[in-house]
Amino acid sequence: MRLSAKSATLLVLIALVALSPILFPSGYYYRVGALIFVNAIAVTGIVILTGYAGQISLGHAGFAGIGAYACALAPVHLGLHPSLALVLGAAISGVIAFLVGRPILRLKGYYLGVATLGLGILVSMVLNNERQLTGGPDGMEVPDLGLRGLLKDAGLDLTNGQFWYFFCGLALILGAWLALNLYNSPTGRALRALHGSEVAARTVGIDVAQLKLRAFVISAVYASVSGSLLALQNKFITPDVAGFMHSIEMVTMAVLGGVGSILGAIFGAAVLTLLPQVLTVFAEYEQLVLGLVMMLVMIFLPQGLLPSILRKVRGKGE
Amino acid sequence: MTALLSVEGLGISFGGLKAVNDVSFTVRPGEIVSVIGPNGAGKTTLFNMISGVYQPGSGRVVLGGENVTGMAPHLLARRGMSRTFQNLQIFQSMTVLENAISGYHLKERGPVLADLFGLPSSRRRAAEAQAGARELLARVGLDRAAEREAGNLSYGALKRLEIARALALSPKILLLDEPAAGCNAVETEEIDHLIAEVAKSGVAILLVEHDMKMVMRISNHIVVLDHGEKIAEGDPATVSRNPAVIAAYLGTDAGTEAAHADG
Amino acid sequence: MPELLQFLFSGVTVGAVYALVALGFTIIYNASDVVNFAQGEFVMLGGMLTFVCHAAGLPLPLAALIAIAATSAIGVLMNKLAIEPARGAPVVSLIIITIGASIFIRGGAQLLFGKQIHSFPAFSGDTPLRIGGATILPQSLWVIGGAVVVFIGLWLFFTRTLTGRAVLATSNNRLAAQLVGINTNFVMTLSFALSAGIGALAGVLVTPITLTSYDVGLALALKGFAAAMLGGMGNPKGALAGGIMLGLLESLTAGYLSSQYKDAAAFVVILLVLFFMPQGLFGQKSVDRV
Repeated sequence: MRLSAKSATLLVLIALVALSPILFPSGYYYRVGALIFVNAIAVTGIVILTGYAGQISLGHAGFAGIGAYACALAPVHLGLHPSLALVLGAAISGVIAFLVGRPILRLKGYYLGVATLGLGILVSMVLNNERQLTGGPDGMEVPDLGLRGLLKDAGLDLTNGQFWYFFCGLALILGAWLALNLYNSPTGRALRALHGSEVAARTVGIDVAQLKLRAFVISAVYASVSGSLLALQNKFITPDVAGFMHSIEMVTMAVLGGVGSILGAIFGAAVLTLLPQVLTVFAEYEQLVLGLVMMLVMIFLPQGLLPSILRKVRGKGE
Repeated sequence: MTALLSVEGLGISFGGLKAVNDVSFTVRPGEIVSVIGPNGAGKTTLFNMISGVYQPGSGRVVLGGENVTGMAPHLLARRGMSRTFQNLQIFQSMTVLENAISGYHLKERGPVLADLFGLPSSRRRAAEAQAGARELLARVGLDRAAEREAGNLSYGALKRLEIARALALSPKILLLDEPAAGCNAVETEEIDHLIAEVAKSGVAILLVEHDMKMVMRISNHIVVLDHGEKIAEGDPATVSRNPAVIAAYLGTDAGTEAAHADG
Repeated sequence: MPELLQFLFSGVTVGAVYALVALGFTIIYNASDVVNFAQGEFVMLGGMLTFVCHAAGLPLPLAALIAIAATSAIGVLMNKLAIEPARGAPVVSLIIITIGASIFIRGGAQLLFGKQIHSFPAFSGDTPLRIGGATILPQSLWVIGGAVVVFIGLWLFFTRTLTGRAVLATSNNRLAAQLVGINTNFVMTLSFALSAGIGALAGVLVTPITLTSYDVGLALALKGFAAAMLGGMGNPKGALAGGIMLGLLESLTAGYLSSQYKDAAAFVVILLVLFFMPQGLFGQKSVDRV
C-alpha cells in the first residue's frame, strides 16, 4: 500500500527527532535542536494560517509573548504549576485571537498585515512598559518545569539539553500531527477552499469569516505554546519574544521552507535557526547574510526551499 | 405550483449608473428559466444580487417564502441556493476531487476539535462527502481526473467541475452563469443534458447563457434584459418573436442566432 | 495652552517625517503593488551618508545632495535586483523580499558605519524660535517645509507632467498602460528612485533633530507603513494626512497620557480605523468582480 502523505511526513519527522542525536558531536547540539523544534511549532501554526487559509500575520510573536510570560508570571502570581501556566497562556492567546480576529480578518492583504502588526506591537509594548510586572526590557526569570526531576526519579536521567530536545521534539510531532489531521479534514478543506476563492467558498456554504477566525485562533495557540516552551527551557524571558522581528522570523521560516507543507515549513525553521549558529564566526555579517538569503530564496525558489529541492531530486530521478 | 424564487423589482447602481433596474420574475421547482440579453445588459450583476455577492439597491429576493434580500452567500447556500460563475471560480491548487468535496461542506462540517484530532466522527464525515463527490464526478464525466490538480484541467472540464460542485449542495435552486461558454459542441450538449436532468429531479434552474440554441431548446421561460431593464419575458417562441427583443439583439451575432433558432 | 501648542509642534514635525516615509510607500505601491518595507532604510541612508560626506569635509548641502542621489541609486538597484525578478509573486513573498532588503541594507550600514549614533549640524542653527509661548527648532520648520514641498512637487508631477501621468496610468492598469506605449519598467525604476530620494531627504532633514544610527530604519518603516494604511494605501493625500495624524497622536498621547504608550495609541487608532473603514480613511472601496 502507498504511504499517505500524512503518515510519510510524520515518519520522517519522528525519524529526524529520534535519530539526529546520533550525529551530535556535543551536548550543545541538543540545545540547537530544541530551539529548532520550538520555532517549528510556531511555524506550523503559520502554515495553518498562511499556507492553508492564505491569511497573513505580521504579529504572531505577540501570542508567543503571551505564552512566554504566562509561564513566567502565572506560577509566581497565581501559584499555577508551569505546565498549567502553558495551558493558561494558550487559552489567553486563543481568546484574544478570537476577540480581535473577527474584525481584523475582514481585512485583506497588506491591511491585514498592518492590523496584525499593530496587535503584535501592542503586546510587546505592554511587556516592555509594565516593569513592575514583567521587569521591562531586562526580562524576567521563569520557574523550572520540574519534569526533568520527575524523570530522574523514575530512573531516566537526561541532561538539561537532552530533556528539552526530546520534550520539544515530542511537542512538535504532536503539533504536526494535529495540523496534518486538519489538512484533509472538512475544516482544512474549507480553509484551503477560501484560500483559493473566497467568493466560491461562500457559495458552497463556507462561513468564510468563521473559518478564518478558527485558523487564526489555532495558529495563535501554536505561537503561544512555542513561546511557553522557549521561556521554560531558557528559564528566562525578555520582551524580544513578542517583537516585530520575531513575527517576521516566523513568517519567513514558513515561507522560506515552503508554506504549503508542514515538512517544508519545519525545514525552513531549521535553516533559519541554524543560520545564525553557523554565522557566529562572522557575527558582523549575520544580518547581511540573513537579508540576502531571504531575498534570494524568494526570488529564485518562490515555492520555498523544500518543494524546490524535492522537485530537483525527482527531476534527476526520472 | 408556487414560486420557489421570486425576484421583485430588483435594482442596483454603480456610481450613479443604473446597472439593473426594477427587474422581476419567478422560478418554480423543476423549471428552467433563462436570463438573456446583449453583453452588458446586467445579467451577471442580477445573478450577483440574487446570490448575495452584491447588496441590491432596491427590490426583494424571496426564496421559499423567506425574504433573503442581500443575505450572505453562505447563508443562502444553507437555504438551498447554489451557483456557478461566468469566469470560473475553481479552487485551483486543490485536486478535482477536493473541489467536488468542498461542495459538501455543509454536510461534512463538524466540530473543529474533532477535525484537529482526526476523530472517527471527522473521518466518517469526510469519507461520506468523498463518496458523494466521486459519484458526482462520474456524473459529469470527471471521475478519471479526480486526483489531478484542478488548475491543470481544460476549460470545458472546469465548467463541468463547477456544476458538480454546485450540485453537491443538493440545491433547491441552481444558478448557472454561462455554463456552456467556451465549450465545444459536444461539451455543450453534455451540459445541456445535465441541466435538463437536474431540472427533471425537481431543482429550479436559473440560467444565463449566450448560446441561443441551447437557451431556446431547454428553457421553459425566458427573461430578456437590455440596459439593465426587463424588456420581455415569456416562453421561447413568444420571446423570439418579440420585436423589442429582436431590436435589442439586432446586428449582434446572438440576434441572428435567435432568429435562426426561431426559424 | 502653550503646552498644547508645544505638543502640536512636535507632533507635526514627527508627523511630517512619517508623511514623507508614507509618501515613499505610496509611490512604489502605486507603480508596482509592492509595499516596500525597506523604505525606512532609505531615511537611515539619507542621514548616514550625509554624515559621512560631511565628516569627510564636504559642505553640508553638497553632502546632502550626494546622499540623496546615492540613496536613489540604491533604490533603483533594489528594484532591478530584487523586485523586478519577483514580479507577480504572492504578497507574503514580496513582504519577505523587501524585509530581506531592509535587513540587508541595515547589516551593510552596520558594517560600513558602525553602531555609533551620528549627526550633523542643523541647517539654520539650534536657537529655538518662540511662538505663542511654545518653542520650535528651526530644523523642525525645515522638516515640515520639506514635507509640504515634496507633497506639492509630487502633486504637480502626477497631474501636470506626461511622465507623472504615465505613472498614474500604470498604477491603474499596468497592461493597458503597456498597450498605449508606456514603458512600465521605466515607471518602476523612476518610482523607486523617487521614493528612495524622498526617504533620503527625510533622513537629511530630520537627522539634526533625532540623530541617526544604522538601526533607525525599521521603526520608521513600520510607522510610515501604518500612516500610509491609515490614510488609505495608494493615495498621496492619505499618506500626508495619515503621517501628520500619526505624529500628532503620538505627541498628544505622550504629552497627556503616557510617553511609554505613545506608539500604542497610534496602533490602537489604526486598528479602530481599519475596523470601521477597512480601506483606510481615504482609500477606495473595491468591488469583487465575479
